Amino acid sequence: MTEGHGLALTWRKIPERYNLIGSHCDNCGENFFPIRHICPNCRRKGRMKNSRFSGKGEVYSYTMVYSPPTGFELEAPYVMAIIQLEEGAKVTAQLVDGDYSRVKIGAPVYMVFRKIQEEGKEGLIHYGFKFKLG
Amino acid sequence: MFMRRVAIVGVGMTEFGEHWELGFRELIAQAGVRAIEDAKLQGVKIDALYGGTMAAGRLIGQEHITALIADYMGLNPIPATRVEAACASGGAALRTGYLAVASGMHDVVVVGGAEKMTDVPAGDAAVALGGAGDQEWELFMGATFPALYALIARRHMHEYGTTREMMASVAVKNHANAAKNPYAHFRKEISIEDVLGAKMISEPLTMFDCSPISDGAAAVVLMPLEKAKEHTDMPVEILASMQASDTLALHSRKSLTEMRATKVAAKRAFEMAKVAPGDIDVCEVHDCFTIAEILAIEDIGFFEKGKGGKASLDGETALNSKISINTSGGLKGCGHPVGATGVKQAVEVTWQLRGEAQNNRQVKGAEIGMTHNVGGSGATCVTHIMKRGD
Repeated sequence: MTEGHGLALTWRKIPERYNLIGSHCDNCGENFFPIRHICPNCRRKGRMKNSRFSGKGEVYSYTMVYSPPTGFELEAPYVMAIIQLEEGAKVTAQLVDGDYSRVKIGAPVYMVFRKIQEEGKEGLIHYGFKFKLG
Repeated sequence: MFMRRVAIVGVGMTEFGEHWELGFRELIAQAGVRAIEDAKLQGVKIDALYGGTMAAGRLIGQEHITALIADYMGLNPIPATRVEAACASGGAALRTGYLAVASGMHDVVVVGGAEKMTDVPAGDAAVALGGAGDQEWELFMGATFPALYALIARRHMHEYGTTREMMASVAVKNHANAAKNPYAHFRKEISIEDVLGAKMISEPLTMFDCSPISDGAAAVVLMPLEKAKEHTDMPVEILASMQASDTLALHSRKSLTEMRATKVAAKRAFEMAKVAPGDIDVCEVHDCFTIAEILAIEDIGFFEKGKGGKASLDGETALNSKISINTSGGLKGCGHPVGATGVKQAVEVTWQLRGEAQNNRQVKGAEIGMTHNVGGSGATCVTHIMKRGD
Protein backbone atom coordinates (compact mmCIF):
# COMPACT_ATOMS: atom_id res chain seq x y z
CA MET A 1 0.00 0.00 0.00
CA THR A 2 1.39 3.35 -0.96
CA GLU A 3 0.96 6.32 1.35
CA GLY A 4 -1.55 9.11 1.29
CA HIS A 5 -4.73 7.19 2.14
CA GLY A 6 -6.29 8.73 5.22
CA LEU A 7 -10.04 9.25 5.08
CA ALA A 8 -9.79 13.03 5.33
CA LEU A 9 -6.99 13.12 2.76
CA THR A 10 -9.01 11.02 0.33
CA TRP A 11 -12.05 13.27 0.77
CA ARG A 12 -9.90 16.39 0.32
CA LYS A 13 -8.38 15.12 -2.92
CA ILE A 14 -11.70 14.09 -4.53
CA PRO A 15 -12.19 17.23 -6.65
CA GLU A 16 -8.72 17.00 -8.19
CA ARG A 17 -8.67 13.21 -8.55
CA TYR A 18 -12.18 12.86 -9.97
CA ASN A 19 -12.28 15.92 -12.19
CA LEU A 20 -8.67 16.60 -13.18
CA ILE A 21 -8.65 20.03 -11.63
CA GLY A 22 -5.34 21.88 -11.67
CA SER A 23 -4.27 25.51 -11.58
CA HIS A 24 -4.13 28.27 -14.16
CA CYS A 25 -2.06 31.40 -13.64
CA ASP A 26 -3.82 34.48 -15.01
CA ASN A 27 -0.53 36.39 -14.98
CA CYS A 28 1.66 34.09 -17.15
CA GLY A 29 -1.05 31.86 -18.62
CA GLU A 30 0.61 28.57 -17.68
CA ASN A 31 -1.38 25.57 -16.44
CA PHE A 32 -0.26 23.24 -13.65
CA PHE A 33 -1.31 19.90 -12.23
CA PRO A 34 -2.01 19.27 -9.38
CA ILE A 35 -3.30 22.47 -7.78
CA ARG A 36 -0.54 24.73 -6.53
CA HIS A 37 -1.06 28.04 -4.79
CA ILE A 38 2.11 29.85 -5.82
CA CYS A 39 3.01 30.18 -9.49
CA PRO A 40 6.62 29.01 -9.92
CA ASN A 41 7.04 31.45 -12.82
CA CYS A 42 5.50 34.57 -11.28
CA ARG A 43 5.56 33.81 -7.56
CA ARG A 44 3.82 36.67 -5.72
CA LYS A 45 2.76 38.35 -8.98
CA GLY A 46 0.97 35.16 -10.01
CA ARG A 47 -2.81 34.95 -9.99
CA MET A 48 -3.67 31.29 -9.54
CA LYS A 49 -7.16 29.91 -9.94
CA ASN A 50 -8.49 26.37 -10.12
CA SER A 51 -9.04 25.08 -13.61
CA ARG A 52 -10.74 21.89 -14.81
CA PHE A 53 -8.82 20.35 -17.69
CA SER A 54 -10.46 18.71 -20.70
CA GLY A 55 -8.87 15.32 -20.14
CA LYS A 56 -7.53 15.23 -23.70
CA GLY A 57 -3.84 14.89 -24.31
CA GLU A 58 -1.07 12.69 -25.65
CA VAL A 59 1.46 10.18 -24.35
CA TYR A 60 4.67 11.99 -23.32
CA SER A 61 6.43 8.87 -21.98
CA TYR A 62 5.35 5.39 -20.87
CA THR A 63 6.51 2.17 -19.25
CA MET A 64 5.08 -1.28 -18.55
CA VAL A 65 5.33 -1.96 -14.81
CA TYR A 66 6.05 -5.65 -14.13
CA SER A 67 7.10 -5.23 -10.51
CA PRO A 68 4.18 -3.44 -8.83
CA PRO A 69 4.09 -1.72 -5.46
CA THR A 70 2.00 -3.20 -2.64
CA GLY A 71 -1.67 -2.70 -3.49
CA PHE A 72 -1.27 -3.02 -7.26
CA GLU A 73 -0.33 -6.71 -7.48
CA LEU A 74 -3.54 -7.79 -9.20
CA GLU A 75 -3.14 -5.20 -11.93
CA ALA A 76 0.45 -5.96 -12.96
CA PRO A 77 1.69 -5.75 -15.56
CA TYR A 78 0.18 -2.33 -16.25
CA VAL A 79 1.14 0.75 -18.21
CA MET A 80 2.19 3.94 -16.39
CA ALA A 81 2.49 7.06 -18.48
CA ILE A 82 3.15 10.74 -18.29
CA ILE A 83 0.39 12.43 -20.25
CA GLN A 84 0.84 15.89 -21.76
CA LEU A 85 -2.61 17.49 -21.51
CA GLU A 86 -3.80 19.78 -24.30
CA GLU A 87 -3.72 22.63 -21.77
CA GLY A 88 0.05 22.07 -21.41
CA ALA A 89 0.28 20.54 -17.94
CA LYS A 90 1.53 16.98 -17.55
CA VAL A 91 0.15 14.25 -15.25
CA THR A 92 1.26 10.77 -14.19
CA ALA A 93 -1.42 8.12 -14.67
CA GLN A 94 -2.15 4.59 -15.79
CA LEU A 95 -3.01 3.91 -19.41
CA VAL A 96 -5.75 1.26 -19.60
CA ASP A 97 -7.97 -0.80 -21.91
CA GLY A 98 -5.66 -0.63 -24.89
CA ASP A 99 -3.36 -2.66 -27.06
CA TYR A 100 0.15 -2.07 -25.66
CA SER A 101 1.69 -2.34 -29.12
CA ARG A 102 -0.23 0.83 -30.07
CA VAL A 103 1.18 2.86 -27.15
CA LYS A 104 3.66 5.36 -28.54
CA ILE A 105 5.02 8.75 -27.58
CA GLY A 106 2.62 11.24 -29.13
CA ALA A 107 -0.39 8.86 -29.23
CA PRO A 108 -3.65 10.73 -28.43
CA VAL A 109 -5.38 9.78 -25.17
CA TYR A 110 -8.41 10.83 -23.14
CA MET A 111 -9.20 10.66 -19.45
CA VAL A 112 -11.44 7.98 -17.97
CA PHE A 113 -12.73 7.62 -14.40
CA ARG A 114 -11.57 4.43 -12.71
CA LYS A 115 -10.79 2.71 -9.45
CA ILE A 116 -7.15 3.38 -8.55
CA GLN A 117 -6.75 1.05 -5.57
CA GLU A 118 -8.62 -0.33 -2.58
CA GLU A 119 -7.62 -0.96 1.00
CA GLY A 120 -8.36 -4.66 1.32
CA LYS A 121 -11.84 -6.14 1.11
CA GLU A 122 -13.56 -3.77 3.51
CA GLY A 123 -11.44 -0.61 3.36
CA LEU A 124 -11.75 2.59 1.39
CA ILE A 125 -11.91 2.38 -2.39
CA HIS A 126 -9.91 5.11 -4.06
CA TYR A 127 -11.06 6.43 -7.45
CA GLY A 128 -9.46 8.82 -9.85
CA PHE A 129 -8.32 9.38 -13.41
CA LYS A 130 -6.67 7.00 -15.80
CA PHE A 131 -6.26 7.44 -19.55
CA LYS A 132 -7.22 5.49 -22.68
CA LEU A 133 -5.82 5.58 -26.18
CA GLY A 134 -8.27 7.59 -28.23
CA MET B 1 32.17 36.37 2.48
CA PHE B 2 34.63 34.82 4.89
CA MET B 3 34.75 31.04 4.68
CA ARG B 4 37.40 28.75 6.09
CA ARG B 5 38.91 26.13 3.80
CA VAL B 6 37.70 22.67 4.81
CA ALA B 7 39.40 19.28 4.49
CA ILE B 8 38.45 15.66 4.90
CA VAL B 9 40.97 14.15 7.32
CA GLY B 10 39.49 10.71 7.89
CA VAL B 11 37.12 8.34 6.12
CA GLY B 12 35.59 4.96 6.86
CA MET B 13 32.75 2.74 5.78
CA THR B 14 31.23 -0.67 6.38
CA GLU B 15 31.04 -3.25 3.66
CA PHE B 16 27.76 -2.64 1.79
CA GLY B 17 25.37 -5.57 1.41
CA GLU B 18 22.86 -7.64 3.35
CA HIS B 19 24.06 -7.48 6.95
CA TRP B 20 21.71 -9.89 8.71
CA GLU B 21 24.07 -9.86 11.69
CA LEU B 22 24.34 -6.08 12.09
CA GLY B 23 21.73 -3.49 13.05
CA PHE B 24 21.72 0.26 12.46
CA ARG B 25 23.70 0.90 15.65
CA GLU B 26 26.45 -1.55 14.76
CA LEU B 27 26.73 -0.30 11.18
CA ILE B 28 27.10 3.38 12.05
CA ALA B 29 29.47 2.65 14.93
CA GLN B 30 31.70 0.55 12.66
CA ALA B 31 31.87 3.25 9.97
CA GLY B 32 32.31 6.02 12.53
CA VAL B 33 35.14 4.28 14.37
CA ARG B 34 36.94 3.54 11.08
CA ALA B 35 36.71 7.21 10.07
CA ILE B 36 37.84 8.51 13.46
CA GLU B 37 40.79 6.08 13.56
CA ASP B 38 41.70 7.04 10.00
CA ALA B 39 41.70 10.71 11.11
CA LYS B 40 44.01 9.95 14.06
CA LEU B 41 41.72 11.94 16.32
CA GLN B 42 43.02 10.59 19.65
CA GLY B 43 42.58 13.26 22.27
CA VAL B 44 40.81 15.66 19.93
CA LYS B 45 37.38 16.91 20.85
CA ILE B 46 34.68 16.30 18.25
CA ASP B 47 32.42 19.34 18.10
CA ALA B 48 29.37 18.21 16.15
CA LEU B 49 27.78 15.33 14.26
CA TYR B 50 25.59 15.43 11.16
CA GLY B 51 23.83 12.28 10.02
CA GLY B 52 22.19 11.49 6.70
CA THR B 53 19.46 8.88 6.67
CA MET B 54 16.36 8.80 4.51
CA ALA B 55 13.83 6.49 6.04
CA ALA B 56 14.92 5.12 9.39
CA GLY B 57 11.41 5.70 10.70
CA ARG B 58 9.95 3.47 8.00
CA LEU B 59 12.74 0.91 7.84
CA ILE B 60 13.58 0.34 11.50
CA GLY B 61 10.83 2.31 13.25
CA GLN B 62 13.40 4.69 14.70
CA GLU B 63 13.33 8.47 14.37
CA HIS B 64 15.62 10.77 16.34
CA ILE B 65 18.34 8.84 14.62
CA THR B 66 21.29 11.19 15.13
CA ALA B 67 20.70 11.24 18.88
CA LEU B 68 21.05 7.47 18.69
CA ILE B 69 24.23 7.77 16.62
CA ALA B 70 25.85 10.23 19.06
CA ASP B 71 24.82 7.94 21.92
CA TYR B 72 26.23 4.74 20.42
CA MET B 73 29.40 6.41 19.21
CA GLY B 74 29.97 7.68 22.73
CA LEU B 75 29.85 11.28 21.57
CA ASN B 76 27.31 12.75 24.01
CA PRO B 77 26.77 15.63 24.68
CA ILE B 78 27.78 17.10 21.28
CA PRO B 79 25.02 18.43 19.01
CA ALA B 80 23.79 15.76 16.60
CA THR B 81 21.54 16.72 13.70
CA ARG B 82 19.76 14.61 11.10
CA VAL B 83 19.70 15.79 7.50
CA GLU B 84 17.12 14.27 5.16
CA ALA B 85 16.92 14.74 1.40
CA ALA B 86 15.77 11.29 0.27
CA CYS B 87 18.59 9.47 -1.55
CA ALA B 88 20.70 12.63 -1.29
CA SER B 89 20.56 12.64 2.53
CA GLY B 90 24.24 11.64 2.80
CA GLY B 91 25.43 14.35 0.43
CA ALA B 92 23.24 16.92 2.15
CA ALA B 93 24.64 15.89 5.55
CA LEU B 94 28.18 16.28 4.19
CA ARG B 95 27.32 19.72 2.89
CA THR B 96 25.83 20.69 6.26
CA GLY B 97 29.00 19.52 8.02
CA TYR B 98 31.08 21.42 5.49
CA LEU B 99 29.10 24.62 6.15
CA ALA B 100 29.52 24.17 9.92
CA VAL B 101 33.32 24.01 9.59
CA ALA B 102 33.62 26.61 6.80
CA SER B 103 31.56 29.10 8.82
CA GLY B 104 33.85 28.83 11.83
CA MET B 105 31.09 27.48 14.07
CA HIS B 106 32.74 24.09 14.57
CA ASP B 107 36.30 22.82 14.18
CA VAL B 108 35.96 19.05 14.16
CA VAL B 109 32.83 17.57 12.62
CA VAL B 110 31.88 13.95 11.95
CA VAL B 111 29.45 13.32 9.09
CA GLY B 112 27.79 9.94 8.93
CA GLY B 113 25.36 8.35 6.51
CA ALA B 114 23.56 5.08 7.10
CA GLU B 115 20.57 3.02 6.15
CA LYS B 116 19.47 -0.35 7.49
CA MET B 117 17.14 -1.66 4.81
CA THR B 118 16.91 -5.43 5.09
CA ASP B 119 15.04 -5.63 8.40
CA VAL B 120 11.78 -5.18 6.46
CA PRO B 121 10.56 -7.14 3.39
CA ALA B 122 11.81 -5.73 0.07
CA GLY B 123 8.28 -4.57 -0.82
CA ASP B 124 8.08 -2.48 2.33
CA ALA B 125 11.52 -1.00 1.63
CA ALA B 126 10.32 -0.08 -1.87
CA VAL B 127 7.26 1.66 -0.42
CA ALA B 128 9.48 3.57 2.04
CA LEU B 129 11.73 4.67 -0.84
CA GLY B 130 8.62 5.81 -2.71
CA GLY B 131 8.51 8.67 -0.23
CA ALA B 132 11.27 10.27 -2.32
CA GLY B 133 8.70 10.93 -5.04
CA ASP B 134 5.30 12.63 -4.98
CA GLN B 135 3.13 10.31 -2.88
CA GLU B 136 -0.18 11.92 -3.80
CA TRP B 137 0.33 12.27 -7.55
CA GLU B 138 2.91 9.66 -8.60
CA LEU B 139 3.05 6.77 -6.14
CA PHE B 140 -0.71 6.82 -5.45
CA MET B 141 -1.36 6.32 -9.16
CA GLY B 142 0.77 3.15 -9.27
CA ALA B 143 4.16 4.58 -10.20
CA THR B 144 7.27 3.05 -8.63
CA PHE B 145 10.80 4.42 -8.60
CA PRO B 146 11.89 2.06 -11.40
CA ALA B 147 8.80 3.24 -13.31
CA LEU B 148 9.75 6.91 -12.93
CA TYR B 149 13.28 6.25 -14.21
CA ALA B 150 11.83 4.05 -16.98
CA LEU B 151 9.76 7.07 -18.07
CA ILE B 152 12.99 9.09 -18.18
CA ALA B 153 14.77 6.29 -20.08
CA ARG B 154 11.99 6.00 -22.68
CA ARG B 155 12.13 9.72 -23.31
CA HIS B 156 15.95 9.69 -23.61
CA MET B 157 15.70 6.81 -26.10
CA HIS B 158 13.08 8.79 -28.05
CA GLU B 159 14.95 12.09 -28.11
CA TYR B 160 18.54 10.90 -28.52
CA GLY B 161 18.44 7.34 -29.83
CA THR B 162 19.86 5.90 -26.61
CA THR B 163 19.60 2.10 -26.66
CA ARG B 164 19.07 -0.59 -24.04
CA GLU B 165 22.62 -1.81 -24.77
CA MET B 166 24.00 1.64 -23.94
CA MET B 167 22.16 1.63 -20.61
CA ALA B 168 23.24 -1.96 -19.92
CA SER B 169 26.88 -0.97 -20.49
CA VAL B 170 26.64 1.31 -17.44
CA ALA B 171 25.73 -1.64 -15.22
CA VAL B 172 28.46 -3.79 -16.80
CA LYS B 173 31.12 -1.13 -16.13
CA ASN B 174 29.93 -0.51 -12.58
CA HIS B 175 29.94 -4.23 -11.79
CA ALA B 176 33.49 -4.45 -13.22
CA ASN B 177 34.56 -1.72 -10.78
CA ALA B 178 32.60 -3.26 -7.89
CA ALA B 179 34.35 -6.57 -8.50
CA LYS B 180 37.58 -4.79 -7.46
CA ASN B 181 36.05 -3.10 -4.42
CA PRO B 182 36.16 -5.12 -1.18
CA TYR B 183 33.38 -2.91 0.25
CA ALA B 184 30.96 -3.54 -2.63
CA HIS B 185 27.62 -5.34 -2.40
CA PHE B 186 28.19 -7.15 -5.74
CA ARG B 187 31.81 -8.18 -6.29
CA LYS B 188 30.99 -9.86 -9.56
CA GLU B 189 31.29 -8.97 -13.23
CA ILE B 190 28.28 -9.18 -15.51
CA SER B 191 27.74 -8.93 -19.28
CA ILE B 192 25.41 -6.83 -21.42
CA GLU B 193 23.47 -10.04 -22.14
CA ASP B 194 23.00 -10.59 -18.39
CA VAL B 195 21.45 -7.13 -18.07
CA LEU B 196 19.19 -7.42 -21.11
CA GLY B 197 18.09 -10.93 -20.17
CA ALA B 198 17.34 -10.20 -16.51
CA LYS B 199 13.81 -10.02 -15.17
CA MET B 200 11.93 -7.00 -16.52
CA ILE B 201 11.09 -4.57 -13.71
CA SER B 202 9.66 -1.58 -15.53
CA GLU B 203 10.20 -1.62 -19.26
CA PRO B 204 12.82 -0.84 -20.57
CA LEU B 205 14.64 -1.32 -17.22
CA THR B 206 15.50 -4.83 -16.05
CA MET B 207 16.60 -5.94 -12.60
CA PHE B 208 20.23 -5.24 -13.56
CA ASP B 209 19.45 -1.65 -14.57
CA CYS B 210 18.41 -1.02 -10.94
CA SER B 211 20.53 -0.46 -7.83
CA PRO B 212 19.89 -2.94 -5.00
CA ILE B 213 18.49 -2.63 -1.50
CA SER B 214 21.54 -2.66 0.79
CA ASP B 215 22.58 -2.11 4.38
CA GLY B 216 25.59 0.03 5.12
CA ALA B 217 27.14 3.11 6.64
CA ALA B 218 29.91 5.56 5.81
CA ALA B 219 31.54 8.42 7.71
CA VAL B 220 34.02 11.24 7.19
CA VAL B 221 35.78 13.61 9.55
CA LEU B 222 36.05 17.29 8.58
CA MET B 223 38.38 19.99 9.86
CA PRO B 224 39.65 23.40 8.79
CA LEU B 225 42.41 22.79 6.21
CA GLU B 226 45.05 24.58 8.29
CA LYS B 227 44.40 22.31 11.23
CA ALA B 228 44.10 19.18 9.07
CA LYS B 229 47.84 19.03 8.46
CA GLU B 230 48.36 18.17 12.14
CA HIS B 231 46.46 14.93 11.53
CA THR B 232 47.35 13.78 8.07
CA ASP B 233 50.02 14.28 5.43
CA MET B 234 47.39 14.10 2.79
CA PRO B 235 44.26 16.07 3.62
CA VAL B 236 41.64 16.18 0.89
CA GLU B 237 40.30 19.68 0.51
CA ILE B 238 36.64 20.25 -0.32
CA LEU B 239 36.90 22.93 -3.02
CA ALA B 240 33.17 23.21 -3.55
CA SER B 241 29.93 22.07 -1.97
CA MET B 242 26.71 22.87 -3.79
CA GLN B 243 23.09 21.84 -3.77
CA ALA B 244 20.04 22.52 -5.93
CA SER B 245 16.37 21.56 -6.01
CA ASP B 246 13.71 20.82 -8.62
CA THR B 247 10.05 19.80 -8.69
CA LEU B 248 9.19 16.77 -6.58
CA ALA B 249 7.11 15.16 -9.34
CA LEU B 250 8.74 14.21 -12.61
CA HIS B 251 5.68 15.28 -14.62
CA SER B 252 6.04 18.89 -13.42
CA ARG B 253 9.34 19.34 -15.30
CA LYS B 254 9.76 20.88 -18.74
CA SER B 255 12.20 18.13 -19.70
CA LEU B 256 12.55 14.52 -18.56
CA THR B 257 15.93 14.03 -20.20
CA GLU B 258 17.95 16.41 -18.10
CA MET B 259 18.06 17.04 -14.38
CA ARG B 260 17.99 20.76 -13.77
CA ALA B 261 19.13 20.30 -10.16
CA THR B 262 22.23 18.45 -11.39
CA LYS B 263 23.00 21.09 -14.00
CA VAL B 264 22.71 23.92 -11.48
CA ALA B 265 24.56 22.16 -8.63
CA ALA B 266 27.37 21.08 -10.99
CA LYS B 267 27.77 24.45 -12.69
CA ARG B 268 27.91 26.30 -9.37
CA ALA B 269 30.37 23.77 -7.96
CA PHE B 270 32.69 24.23 -10.94
CA GLU B 271 32.49 28.01 -10.47
CA MET B 272 33.21 27.77 -6.75
CA ALA B 273 36.13 25.35 -7.24
CA LYS B 274 37.42 27.25 -10.27
CA VAL B 275 37.79 24.05 -12.27
CA ALA B 276 36.08 22.68 -15.40
CA PRO B 277 34.53 19.25 -16.10
CA GLY B 278 37.68 18.35 -18.03
CA ASP B 279 39.80 18.81 -14.88
CA ILE B 280 37.95 16.06 -12.98
CA ASP B 281 39.94 12.81 -12.78
CA VAL B 282 37.44 10.68 -10.89
CA CYS B 283 33.73 11.15 -10.23
CA GLU B 284 31.15 9.22 -8.24
CA VAL B 285 27.73 9.86 -9.81
CA HIS B 286 24.29 8.82 -8.63
CA ASP B 287 23.46 5.74 -10.75
CA CYS B 288 20.35 4.55 -8.90
CA PHE B 289 19.36 3.30 -12.36
CA THR B 290 21.59 2.96 -15.41
CA ILE B 291 19.80 5.80 -17.21
CA ALA B 292 20.55 8.05 -14.21
CA GLU B 293 24.30 7.72 -14.81
CA ILE B 294 23.81 8.65 -18.47
CA LEU B 295 21.86 11.78 -17.48
CA ALA B 296 24.44 12.62 -14.81
CA ILE B 297 27.51 12.48 -17.06
CA GLU B 298 25.69 14.68 -19.58
CA ASP B 299 24.26 17.18 -17.10
CA ILE B 300 27.54 17.57 -15.19
CA GLY B 301 29.19 18.34 -18.52
CA PHE B 302 31.51 15.39 -19.11
CA PHE B 303 29.63 14.60 -22.33
CA GLU B 304 27.31 16.50 -24.63
CA LYS B 305 23.56 16.05 -24.06
CA GLY B 306 22.43 12.88 -25.79
CA LYS B 307 25.94 11.42 -26.11
CA GLY B 308 26.21 9.88 -22.64
CA GLY B 309 24.83 6.51 -23.68
CA LYS B 310 27.23 6.08 -26.57
CA ALA B 311 30.16 7.26 -24.44
CA SER B 312 29.29 4.60 -21.86
CA LEU B 313 29.01 1.86 -24.47
CA ASP B 314 32.33 2.98 -26.00
CA GLY B 315 34.08 2.61 -22.63
CA GLU B 316 34.83 6.31 -22.14
CA THR B 317 33.66 6.18 -18.50
CA ALA B 318 35.57 3.04 -17.52
CA LEU B 319 38.40 3.00 -15.00
CA ASN B 320 41.37 5.02 -16.31
CA SER B 321 39.62 5.97 -19.55
CA LYS B 322 38.53 9.48 -20.57
CA ILE B 323 36.84 10.05 -17.19
CA SER B 324 36.71 7.38 -14.46
CA ILE B 325 33.06 7.25 -13.35
CA ASN B 326 31.97 5.31 -10.27
CA THR B 327 35.20 3.53 -9.41
CA SER B 328 33.47 2.20 -6.26
CA GLY B 329 30.99 0.35 -8.46
CA GLY B 330 28.44 3.10 -8.01
CA LEU B 331 25.03 2.52 -6.50
CA LYS B 332 24.52 -0.35 -8.92
CA GLY B 333 27.58 -2.38 -8.03
CA CYS B 334 28.69 -1.10 -4.62
CA GLY B 335 25.12 -1.01 -3.32
CA HIS B 336 22.72 1.71 -2.21
CA PRO B 337 22.03 1.97 1.52
CA VAL B 338 20.22 5.19 0.76
CA GLY B 339 21.42 7.60 3.46
CA ALA B 340 24.97 6.20 3.30
CA THR B 341 25.44 6.68 -0.44
CA GLY B 342 26.31 10.38 -0.51
CA VAL B 343 28.91 9.93 2.23
CA LYS B 344 30.30 6.75 0.64
CA GLN B 345 30.91 8.72 -2.56
CA ALA B 346 33.14 11.11 -0.59
CA VAL B 347 34.93 8.16 1.05
CA GLU B 348 35.70 6.59 -2.33
CA VAL B 349 36.88 9.87 -3.88
CA THR B 350 39.09 10.52 -0.83
CA TRP B 351 40.73 7.09 -1.24
CA GLN B 352 41.24 7.80 -4.93
CA LEU B 353 42.82 11.22 -4.31
CA ARG B 354 45.12 9.80 -1.64
CA GLY B 355 46.11 6.99 -4.02
CA GLU B 356 44.78 4.36 -1.63
CA ALA B 357 42.10 2.65 -3.74
CA GLN B 358 42.62 -1.07 -3.39
CA ASN B 359 42.74 -3.97 -5.85
CA ASN B 360 43.77 -2.17 -9.04
CA ARG B 361 40.90 0.26 -9.04
CA GLN B 362 43.14 3.30 -8.46
CA VAL B 363 42.76 6.08 -11.01
CA LYS B 364 46.30 6.93 -12.09
CA GLY B 365 47.47 10.32 -10.84
CA ALA B 366 44.02 11.35 -9.59
CA GLU B 367 44.21 14.92 -8.23
CA ILE B 368 40.70 16.34 -8.49
CA GLY B 369 37.54 14.37 -7.78
CA MET B 370 33.82 14.99 -7.67
CA THR B 371 30.68 13.52 -6.12
CA HIS B 372 27.11 13.80 -7.41
CA ASN B 373 24.24 12.69 -5.16
CA VAL B 374 20.60 12.83 -6.27
CA GLY B 375 17.42 12.65 -4.23
CA GLY B 376 14.33 11.01 -5.71
CA SER B 377 13.88 11.48 -9.43
CA GLY B 378 16.03 14.63 -9.30
CA ALA B 379 14.29 16.97 -6.84
CA THR B 380 17.56 17.35 -4.91
CA CYS B 381 21.13 17.26 -6.15
CA VAL B 382 24.26 17.73 -4.06
CA THR B 383 27.71 18.08 -5.62
CA HIS B 384 31.15 18.23 -4.07
CA ILE B 385 34.52 18.85 -5.71
CA MET B 386 37.64 17.73 -3.84
CA LYS B 387 41.35 18.08 -4.36
CA ARG B 388 44.36 16.39 -2.88
CA GLY B 389 45.59 19.03 -0.47
CA ASP B 390 49.30 18.16 -0.20
